[in-house]
Amino acid sequence: MNNAKIRVATASLAGCFGCHMSFLDIDERLVGLLEHVEFGRSPLTDIKHCGPCDIALIEGGLCNAENVHVLSELRANSKILIAVGACAINGGIPAMRNHYSLRECLEETYLNGVGVENPQIPNDVELPLLLSKVHPLHEVVHVDYYLPGCPPSADAFLKILGDLLAGDEPSLPKNLLHYD
Amino acid sequence: MRAEPKRDTAIPNTITIDGQEIPFSIGQTIMDAALAAGVYIPHLCHRPGLTPHGSCKLCTVSIEGRNVASHTADRRIQASSSVEIDSRSVSACTMPAMAGQQIRNNTPALNEVRKTITQMLFIEGNHLCPSCEKTGDCTLQAVAYHLGMLDGHFPQLSPRREVDASHGSVVLDRDRCILCELCVRASREVDGKNVFAISGRGIDAHLIVNSASGKLADSDLETGDMAAHICPVGAILIKEHGYEVPIGRRTFDLHRVSEIGLEPVILAKVRHTDE
Amino acid sequence: MKHKPAVNSSHAYSIDHECSIDQIRSVIAQNRSDHLLHILHALQQQLLHIPHRAVAEVASHLNLPVGQVESVVEFYSFFHNIPRGRYNILLSNCTSCGYMAGGKNLLQLLCQLLGVVAGRTRADGLVSVDQTSCVGMCDHGAAMLVNDRPIIRLDSGRIERIAALVNAAVPLEGWPEEWFDVDDNIRSSGLLLKDDLVAGDGLHAMIARGADATLDEITRSGLRGRGGAGFSTGMKWQFCREAPGDAHYVVCNADEGEPGTFKDRILLHSYADEVFEGMTVCARVIGSGQGLLYLRGEYRYLLPQLQAVLARRRELGLLGRNILGQPGFNFEIEIVVGAGAYICGEESALIESLEGKRGVPRNRPPFPVTHGYLGRPTVVNNVETFSAAAHIALRGSAWFSATGTGKSAGSKILSVSGDCAAPGIYEYPFGVTIQQVLEDCAAKDVQAVQVGGPSGTLIGKAEFGRKLGFEDLPTGGSFMVFGQERDLLAVAVNFAHFFAHESCGFCTPCRVGTTLLKNGVDKIAGGHGTHYDVDELKRLGALIKRRSHCGLGQTAANHLLDVIQRFPQVIEQRLAHSEFEPYFNLDAALEEARRITHRNDAAAHLE
Repeated sequence: MNNAKIRVATASLAGCFGCHMSFLDIDERLVGLLEHVEFGRSPLTDIKHCGPCDIALIEGGLCNAENVHVLSELRANSKILIAVGACAINGGIPAMRNHYSLRECLEETYLNGVGVENPQIPNDVELPLLLSKVHPLHEVVHVDYYLPGCPPSADAFLKILGDLLAGDEPSLPKNLLHYD
Repeated sequence: MRAEPKRDTAIPNTITIDGQEIPFSIGQTIMDAALAAGVYIPHLCHRPGLTPHGSCKLCTVSIEGRNVASHTADRRIQASSSVEIDSRSVSACTMPAMAGQQIRNNTPALNEVRKTITQMLFIEGNHLCPSCEKTGDCTLQAVAYHLGMLDGHFPQLSPRREVDASHGSVVLDRDRCILCELCVRASREVDGKNVFAISGRGIDAHLIVNSASGKLADSDLETGDMAAHICPVGAILIKEHGYEVPIGRRTFDLHRVSEIGLEPVILAKVRHTDE
Repeated sequence: MKHKPAVNSSHAYSIDHECSIDQIRSVIAQNRSDHLLHILHALQQQLLHIPHRAVAEVASHLNLPVGQVESVVEFYSFFHNIPRGRYNILLSNCTSCGYMAGGKNLLQLLCQLLGVVAGRTRADGLVSVDQTSCVGMCDHGAAMLVNDRPIIRLDSGRIERIAALVNAAVPLEGWPEEWFDVDDNIRSSGLLLKDDLVAGDGLHAMIARGADATLDEITRSGLRGRGGAGFSTGMKWQFCREAPGDAHYVVCNADEGEPGTFKDRILLHSYADEVFEGMTVCARVIGSGQGLLYLRGEYRYLLPQLQAVLARRRELGLLGRNILGQPGFNFEIEIVVGAGAYICGEESALIESLEGKRGVPRNRPPFPVTHGYLGRPTVVNNVETFSAAAHIALRGSAWFSATGTGKSAGSKILSVSGDCAAPGIYEYPFGVTIQQVLEDCAAKDVQAVQVGGPSGTLIGKAEFGRKLGFEDLPTGGSFMVFGQERDLLAVAVNFAHFFAHESCGFCTPCRVGTTLLKNGVDKIAGGHGTHYDVDELKRLGALIKRRSHCGLGQTAANHLLDVIQRFPQVIEQRLAHSEFEPYFNLDAALEEARRITHRNDAAAHLE
């Protein structure tokens, strides 16, 4: 039997890191998990770029060009890509801005909002440019599995990873399935 | 309405749903008979007591062989037609129960179809559960859980729809409207008013308020109306009561959507004594 | 296509002040019909839109809920809540009579010449240009409606002259008359088109034979509905006649909306007596005193002559009280004109429209024969069916059933259009092969034929031996020929847009599904489709077909499934060579931000 560890990458795109925090809620069970799993590119390891990996867990939707680059890199390098959390699956809270045009959002934030000083819309080339709308991951890359929740519970993470480690088709029991 | 008048003369008749024999009386639909027997057929636009609507298509079932209608002429039309009627896929909420119908309901294939239809409902609107005060009390969400829906599957249509917060105690957020017309019917048939209607067509169909300004504030909607409470999603909400019941203790935290007779529980959840 | 705000919003009505309440009241008062669609048309025509305050006025005039009037305004394509131009031009977007029919984009050209954006009204209010679904002029090349009147044989030269006339504000009366001349284009005549039925002959024969025996003749003739579904006409009449009700209605479905179909145009233009006679025969059989002909809005130009035929029939004693001196044989026919909605060709949606509502198909059962117009027993038949019934009443069932095949008695009038030298009207005995029709209309190098319109069947060469009829290829009459040069994927795009535009929005599978089909085929046509997208379309198409509420949804995916199945190479050659392509253009999604920030550096783009 091959004892090589499963390599997992994670990323938070247009999300709040809540899914990552929830993942860490697996607490001491992380120790057991780490016997089978090692982390590559991830905010948890601070590795910035993605090498080849087995599983990519991606939190957050796509709100800007950088999100698209990170997602493409993870898709290209992972065997299994999992959309984690409400934002990755349908845009979530950031997608509430889709109710307005991008110009309306930026003008309200940087020009007309309460308490704005020196009003100007940032245009530094270092800043990732915003997409006109916030999109879920599956509109841009093929997504293999979905782990809903805002955030998904630690148990849900463990269940999905456990299934994959065991070579099973991942599934969520009803008590772990929620969208909020 | 257009439904056949109900006749109380109970003729002993049965239909079969997933192998289970179920009695019905003349005038009952497949849905009526199923619910009376404790058999759950997923549905969103149906509510016992209101005129059946047949629009959401969640209750799509398959009838083996040719189905039979209640009216003699209709029955003869169906029996003689080979082209006009798809005799196998019907909406349980509008199709009259007829003796001998062999119905498939809770099958993996049908539930897969229902899941896809539910996904259509999710992606055509803006259903962001984490920010919706209806979460946990939402029937659309509960049906999606029931069907094991993990994602919207299709690209989001992200429509821009108007919010109407003009009313003192009711808010209308069209982002979440699924066009089930429960509010339209409840207002007309139970409240004796005519507050809501569907306007436009196709993917642009939308809920309108039947008042000169088109605003809820100018309608005769009151918080005691069934129309203010019946919304299965978070499109029509009572203001300032959204979080009285904490998440984790809401309707579908405590009940499954497949429990029969849940309607009073759902209504009670959102009705408050100080209204 | 339809440029109304998705949601009623006050800004849409900001120009209300331009119409005084007196103007609105005067239009309503002068309108002789109390039908909601007619009052709204009068307002649209005279005020160029239906102002918000008019909605409330109409509602109170007809004692209807405001919401019902508003929902009707927003449902039908020909009603607008913001003003259209004094010249309101609608170019057909049908593959046969559409603005691309000659290979050149005439919509774009006209918009350029007039300095107007399609779907919007020019700032000076003079003109608006938009597209509309098939206007039934498919045998005359590209066509348009200008203020409800058709202009045919459009090419760039004619478009240039039209633009000049509009810019010079020349009234339509001053435009070349021949532009408006719509020929019948009858290429071959059979049972119905020989034009040898004298008004009243059918009725005389029926009276001599008696109503019961006439019904027997209709039933024995084997006549089946000509709209395409093919239900036995005799049985329909019999069920309706037996159904209890304090009134029975005869409804003629002249909402000929299937793209590529124009045979009812000819029947109503040159054979209206037969149609009305058939309705009157039906009235006698089922015991009806009131008939309604639902005329599609695109054929409004036929209204004056249809009214004239009705008036003449009244003078001849063929309509009205005691028809042909028969005591108690009372029957009147009213014409109701639609306002741009394909779905109203579905019989129960048509009835809803007749009742002044949105054209949303009803749940069936109950069927219209027992619960139709105003909840009363109603026969709804196609124009061609009534015409055939009039002939059968005169000549008997044997005369009719001698033509055609076993399950498809009689003849079928085909509307032939597309890539052929002789488009027009062809009446054939049922059972004619596709090949025969193609030879007769002088079609060369045919790639495919769309039988029965977008909702019908797309077949290729290998199947040209198939026969028209209920046994094999049923058709409502549309017969669109596609030559080798024709891009069938472009056709599929056209049809998919048509169904998404025409879905009424009632049931989920059709409302959402037709839009998803449209987006899916657009993606493939744009070169961004993959095998995954094709599989998605197949799965989606199957679901829409099986689970939709009515015939529109149940047939909306046919054309696409046919292309995928019968012409896989058409799809295959346009697929991107990757496993997955995004659903939207990533770089275009940054355009808005680029404009706002004035950035155009490398990082401001996505490949």
